[in-house]
Parts: sequence; C-alpha cells; structure tokens
Amino acid sequence: MTGERPPEQPATEATPANAPAPAETPRPTRRVMAMLGGAARGLLVPVLAVLSAFVIGAFVIVLSDLTFFERLGQDPGAALGTALGGVGTAYGALLRGALGDPTAYVDAIASGDVEQVKAAFVPISETILAATPLIFTGLAVALGFQCGLFNIGAEGQLFVGATAATFVGFAVTGMPWFVHLPLAIIAGFIGGAAWGFIPGILKARTGAHEVIVTIMLNYTAYNLVGFILKFPGYQREGRSDPISKVTEASAWYPPLIEGLRANWGFVLALLAAFAVSWFLFRSTKGFELRAVGFNAPAARYAGMSIAASTVLAMMLSGGLAGLAGTSVVLGITHSMTSGISPGFGFDGIAIALMARSRPRGIIFAALLFGALRAGSTPMESATGIPGDLVVVLQALVIMFVAAPALVRGIYRIRVPETTGTEVFSKGWGS
Amino acid sequence: MRLELRGITKRFPGVIANQNVSLVVEPGEIHALLGENGAGKTTLVNVLYGLYQPEEGEIRIDDQPVTFHDPGDAIAAHIGMVHQHFMLVPVFTVTENVMLGVESVRGPLGLLDRPAARRRIIEISERHNLRVDPDAVVEDLPVGVRQRVEIIKTLYRQSDLLVLDEPTAVLTPQEDEELFEIMRSLQASGTSIVFITHKLNEVLAIADRITVLRRGRVVGTTTPAEATRESLASMMVGRSVDLIVDKTPAKPGGPVLEVAGLVVRDDRGHVAVNGLDLTVHAGEIVAVAGVQGNGQTELVEAITGLRHPVSGTITIDGTAVHLAPRNVFEAGVAHVPEDRLEDGCVPGFSVADNLVLNTYYRPPFSKGIRLDLGAIERSATELVANFDIRTPSVFNDIGNLSGGNQQKVIVAREFSRPVRLLVAAQPTRGLDVGSIEYIHRRIVLKRDEGAAVLIVSTELDEVLALADRIAVMYQGRIVDIVDPERATPELIGLLMGGSAPSVAEAAAAAAPAADGEGAG
Repeated sequence: MTGERPPEQPATEATPANAPAPAETPRPTRRVMAMLGGAARGLLVPVLAVLSAFVIGAFVIVLSDLTFFERLGQDPGAALGTALGGVGTAYGALLRGALGDPTAYVDAIASGDVEQVKAAFVPISETILAATPLIFTGLAVALGFQCGLFNIGAEGQLFVGATAATFVGFAVTGMPWFVHLPLAIIAGFIGGAAWGFIPGILKARTGAHEVIVTIMLNYTAYNLVGFILKFPGYQREGRSDPISKVTEASAWYPPLIEGLRANWGFVLALLAAFAVSWFLFRSTKGFELRAVGFNAPAARYAGMSIAASTVLAMMLSGGLAGLAGTSVVLGITHSMTSGISPGFGFDGIAIALMARSRPRGIIFAALLFGALRAGSTPMESATGIPGDLVVVLQALVIMFVAAPALVRGIYRIRVPETTGTEVFSKGWGS
Repeated sequence: MRLELRGITKRFPGVIANQNVSLVVEPGEIHALLGENGAGKTTLVNVLYGLYQPEEGEIRIDDQPVTFHDPGDAIAAHIGMVHQHFMLVPVFTVTENVMLGVESVRGPLGLLDRPAARRRIIEISERHNLRVDPDAVVEDLPVGVRQRVEIIKTLYRQSDLLVLDEPTAVLTPQEDEELFEIMRSLQASGTSIVFITHKLNEVLAIADRITVLRRGRVVGTTTPAEATRESLASMMVGRSVDLIVDKTPAKPGGPVLEVAGLVVRDDRGHVAVNGLDLTVHAGEIVAVAGVQGNGQTELVEAITGLRHPVSGTITIDGTAVHLAPRNVFEAGVAHVPEDRLEDGCVPGFSVADNLVLNTYYRPPFSKGIRLDLGAIERSATELVANFDIRTPSVFNDIGNLSGGNQQKVIVAREFSRPVRLLVAAQPTRGLDVGSIEYIHRRIVLKRDEGAAVLIVSTELDEVLALADRIAVMYQGRIVDIVDPERATPELIGLLMGGSAPSVAEAAAAAAPAADGEGAG
C-alpha cells in the first residue's frame, strides 16, 4: 500500500468518541505554532552544526600543538589548562578579527576621532567584504537547486563574468560612474549567464547531466580566462604574467564608508537576495521553475516547459555567479587575474545547502563564512595558529549541515518519523 | 498458527495511527482487515511484520508473547508478507528469487543448490495450484504470476501466517478468482491469512472474519454471514454510504472527442495503441475498461498531449489540437492523471499552489509576471470548502495529505473550470469508499453540465457504475462497445481478457446469473 498514511486530521463528521485525538490546540494557534516551530527547526541544525564544528575545531587546535603531549605527561592539569587557554585565545582572536574588538570600539568612540572609529570597524568591513561574493554564489547555487539542478559550475561562471566585467571596466572610458558601473555589472551578469547557458541548453536538448557539464566547464573557464588574460589588449602593458589592465575607477563599487573596503557590492548582493526571493516565490516563472524542480512530470502535465525552465535557471544561476565575479574585480582587486577566487563558487554550494536554498538564510550563512575568512588572518598573526583552521571549521560546518541526521543524533533531536529527508537536487544516478 | 494482537498502539507525531487495536487470527482462518485509506491497516501489519515497533500492546503467537525488532524476526516466527509492490529481482528467475536470502548451498565451494530449491518450488506450487514456471525470468511474467511467486516465497520460508496487502489491486477479475482459490487451498492446509483490502465484494467472498478499522481503531469484527456491503461500508466510513451512483440517463449531444486510427508507442517503443477509433459525445460518460497495460495509459497521454502519436487523428470539437499539454488544456480539456503523485500534483508545494498548477499564468492568478497570492489563496479557500478537502490550511504541503484528499485537490483543480472534455484515468484508485462516492458524484455532475467524459479504469465496479457506454480495450484497440444495461462483470471480464465479443457474450450468457452487485 503506497499512499496510505496515518490519518492527518479528524474528519468533520467523526464522532468525538471514535476519533483519535491528535493535536487539540485550536487552529489559529496551531498554525502560528507550526510556523514558529518550523523556523526554529530550520535554524536548529545549522546552529548546532556551527557549534559542533567549533567544538571539534578546539580539539584540532589542541592536538596541533606538538608540545601538548609532552606537557601532558609531565603535568596533565597544567597542560589541559594551557590547552583550553590556547583554544580561548585562538577563538577570541578569530572573533575579534571578524567582528572587531569591543574595547577598540569603546576607545574609538570615546576618543571621537573619525579615523580611529573607522579603524575599529575594519574587521566588520572585512567580514562584509568577504561575504559579498559568497552571497552571490550561494544564491546562484540555490536558484539551481530550486529548479532541481546542481550547478557545480558557479566557479567557472564567476571567472567568465569577472573577465567580461573587467573588460567593460577598462575598455569603456570617460563615463560617469552611474553609467559605467552598471554597464560593467551587466557585463559580468551576461558573462556568467552565457557560461550557465551552455550546461542549460545541453541538458534541455540532449539530457546531458549538468553536474558533469558544469564541472568540465569550470576547467574550460580557467583556461579560457588564462588565455584571455595573455591576450594583447586585455593583458596589462609591460607585464608578462596573466593580469588584466586596471579598470577605470568609474567602474568600481563605491565604498560604503570612505576609507573602509566594504562597498556597495554588498548592497547589490542584498538586493539580489531579495530579487531571487521575489522571483522564486512571487513570480510565474519562479513558480514554473520550482514546480519543475520538485516534480518535473507534474510540471509537464501542467503545461510548463521543462526545457525552458532548465535553461532559464542555469542562465540566472550563472548570471548570479557572474555578479560574484564583479564583486571581486570591481570591488577589491580592480583588475582581473587567475587568482581572484579562492573557491567562492564551491563555497556557494555549502552556503546554499546550509541555508536550505532560502535567500534570507544565504545572507546569514555567507556572513558566517565571510566572518571566518576575515578572522583567519588576525588569528594567525595573533596566535600563530594557521589560518587553515578556518578551512577546517568550514569543512566541518558543511559536513554537519550535509548530514542533519548526525547532528540530530548527537543532540538527540526527535524527528517526525513521517518526514522524509530534504531533497535538494534530483538527478544523481538517474 | 494462532495470532493475537493485544492493545496495539502506534503513534506518529501528532497522530495515532493505531489505538488499542486487538484482533485474533485463528489457525486456518482468512481474516480480512477492512478500512479506508489512512485507517491504519498498513501501519498495523507493519507492526506485525516488525517494520514498526508499537508503543503499547503485544503480539502473541500461539499464546506466547513475541517481540519483532525487524522483519527477520517476523519471518523466523513463520510470518510471511506479500507487499502490494512486489519485492522481486526482475532479472532473476523464479527459483533464484524464491531462494534469495535463504539460499541452500551444496558442495565444498558452497555453490547454490538450485535443483533442490527448484524441486521444493514445484512441490509447493503443485500443492496449492500456484502455477508457475520455476525457470522463468521474473520480468517476463505477468503481474498475476509475479504475485504467485511472492506467495511461493513466503511458503518456501515456511510461513504459517500470510499477510496479503491489497493483493487484488493489480489483478483482473478472473485473476482475483484464481487468487481466492489459492487462498482457500492454503487455508485448507492450515495456513492463516490476513487479507487487507478496501473492496467490499472481496471481503464477503473470501473472508471468514472481518475486522473493520476506522481512524486507527477497531470499529468492529463481523462475519460475511452477518454483514452486507452496506453495513461494511458504513462501518468503514462511519456513516451510511450510497454505493450506487445516482444518475439519470445520458442525453448525448454532438461529438466532442473524436479519435481515429490512433497509433501510439510506449516508452520502450512498442506499439501500445494500435489503430484505435473512439468518439465521446457531449453529455455522456464513456468508460474505457481494460486490464492494465493494454494501451490505456498511452491513449490518455496522446489525447492530453503528453505523448506524440505515431499516426492517426485526435480532434476536439471538430478541430485538430496541436498536441501539447497547454494547448490541450486551453482547448477545454481537463485531465485527472493516472498517477496522482507522479503527474497530478507537486509534493512540496502547498495545496493552494497545487490548485493553480495549470492556471497560475492566467488572470486572476497572475498580473503580468507577478503571482497574485491573494487571489490564489482566496480561490484555494473556496475550493477547499466546495470540494471538501480535509487539510489544516491551504498552505499545507499536499504531500502530507491522505491519498483521497490529494485526489480531491486534483479533482477540484480540474473540475472547477468550464470544460468541454474531461479525461479521468483511474480517478478513484486507492481511494476509500467515501471519497469514491464523492468523486463519482462530481463526475456525473460534470456530465450533466454537458461535458464529454472519458473515464479509464481497471476497476470493473467503477466502469459499471459510471459508464453510459463501456469501451473495452484490449491490446491497443477498442474490441467492443457495450451498453451498461446488458453488461455483466463476467462479460466485461471476458472481453478484457481478450475473448472475441461473440464468444464472450455466449460464455457470459451461459454462466449462471451472478449476484449482479455493482451493476448499478
């Protein structure tokens, strides 16, 4: 018997004596409770995943100190004490590097010196700066997930978008910023969208699996961009290494506050999150896209075009990844090299998973990853613990988020027996 | 084996699937478990088979309490289960499937002892008239024979108690009768059988005792001698049920759907619909009867634009529609698809979203590219009330509703707009008596509004109850069109099985007049 489920709610005619009594709360309350409960449940696993990652990270810090075992043999108590102290120092430095030093804030504001206040805000600015491309790539991957597509190619789309944006950035001259910057941004979007179009159309026309095609197109993009960077007219004059000309200042994202690196790219990222949310949940095309993602045969039955949705989703996804590229080349480096992304496109996958493909969640997840990135260098210089610890922490967060059953098991969270596991993307093994 | 369930209670979060359920299955008894979908039948047998652990209550076998942690424990206690969806390896032979998991080996190398297994299978099948070729590959076997393989599998494991989960859902009427013969033979050899169904005729035909479940509780235990179809139906549903569809004679108008010389291939490229002709008029219900797999699915898919025909014409109101789902829909065709979870709705979407699954792009539900969520919610609230869809709110995920309510969402969506042609495939498959009654009334209502209605069903009762004309489909063609006035289950069953119309009529006429139930 396939479809048989436990009874959901008492029927209206059921006599009270016969009906089993599920939840007895009146309906409106039940709905509010369900919504609140849903939100809490949605946050529970990510929050616990982060917590667990930091706990395991603490062990990594302790065990990576080679003198620890030596001292453990001599004076276990003192050794454990120093170890714990070391963890505290490391995480403290990480936090200060990501969010700033409370005493620095107090001193700066007390001093009334503008420069000092700005200096106090540098860590926050760096966190925002690091989070900006991650919001875009998280949105890119999430949009694909919503249509049942696993876009592993955000990295390649980011590179192509950045290359296009850089070209408009240096080739177009003499424009005011409010014309030039949008042009460059649009070029970045189109570049990424074009790179996303390829797996989209291949999937729609031939059924080629987007995972394979996007992985391969990442390599193609690296090498294509490497080629373009050496191209006369694109390569910076007088340089033999692959680096582009410097873009015009009119194509740069203006800083949010003069003197800090955080820029309007972050605001664009927030707007993009809002736009993606509106598109997915309020527009007819988004409705089609999600219907195809959840149940393609039913979408076809309802008269929607699976091919059109697939192509559209891949193009929008690629375009968002392209915007991530603009946030780097127009916001940080101001020129294009082959080293502009330390894997933003792949971090986007983790962020989309952690946020369960919800745009609002992506902002928070990206800020978390941005904070870890921003805090890693100050931590390294303050404590000598390698900044790679942050990579370990990110990997642990991803691992725990990807295995919700593990988190639920550790913290003994009861999960309804009837609920299935979340399916982000279909197509594996199909 | 004497099986006793005492006070079984199984809870799921927010629901009690079984509450204090007790029943006794005597040795050699055929015990029917009757109930609507969602009544808790499957949960109960899953508890019995060790797939679920009950919160309260105990299972006793021959008056000894037992605990099953997994199906292995249940099998060891000689309980066998035939699931509705067969658990067979298609590329293995019957023998290999039967011995899978209890392989007997011989020789120092531990080679499979197929000959020994084969001998036992032949012995079992001869004892209970379970005709099956032990060397046949399972994927080549028809559904009815696969079911026999499943039964042999349980007997091979020396089951004394057999649980059959909706065994007749996939069978033709003739195959039903063969299954009942097998069940009687097993009973005679002392095997107890728990038989799950929601079909009333079957219960009365085969059971020794009937336990009726409703909303997780036992509402009563009775015997076929004391019960009638009506009494069982009202026990299941909790109110009296109209088993006969009330309808006036059809007043057919002009032709709406005309199909001529239609040829359609199935997914594997075989010809499934082979030169089919069919006309459906406004204001009449034509029911296509046939055993599953005779081209009905492909016929419906061709009419609704989901599958491209190889040749032939399909016209709606005299015009040939370019066959794509949206064009067909805009030509005034409503379609209740065969597989509601696969095609009919989007689990993960809310009830409201599913109610606009094919109208979302048109006013009033959209304004340009923007969805009008207010209009969608208002319409959904109204449809939920009008079509008696039981859901906590229109925002609930349709995947969490019962099958009957999912089907009502689809029916509400397809029936709530003016249509010229209604195509409904298996509109009540797997539904309970209450929902069936409701959906049948809605279909007749649609006919009376002047729509042409094409029903495809493998349920004989449904065909006989609804049809103004019965088109029997066999191997891709309509072999005969029968007036329901002179149709009997025997006649339709013979035609469905491939007998030539003249032969079938002679045979049906010669057969003793049946109980005639369902021929409303």
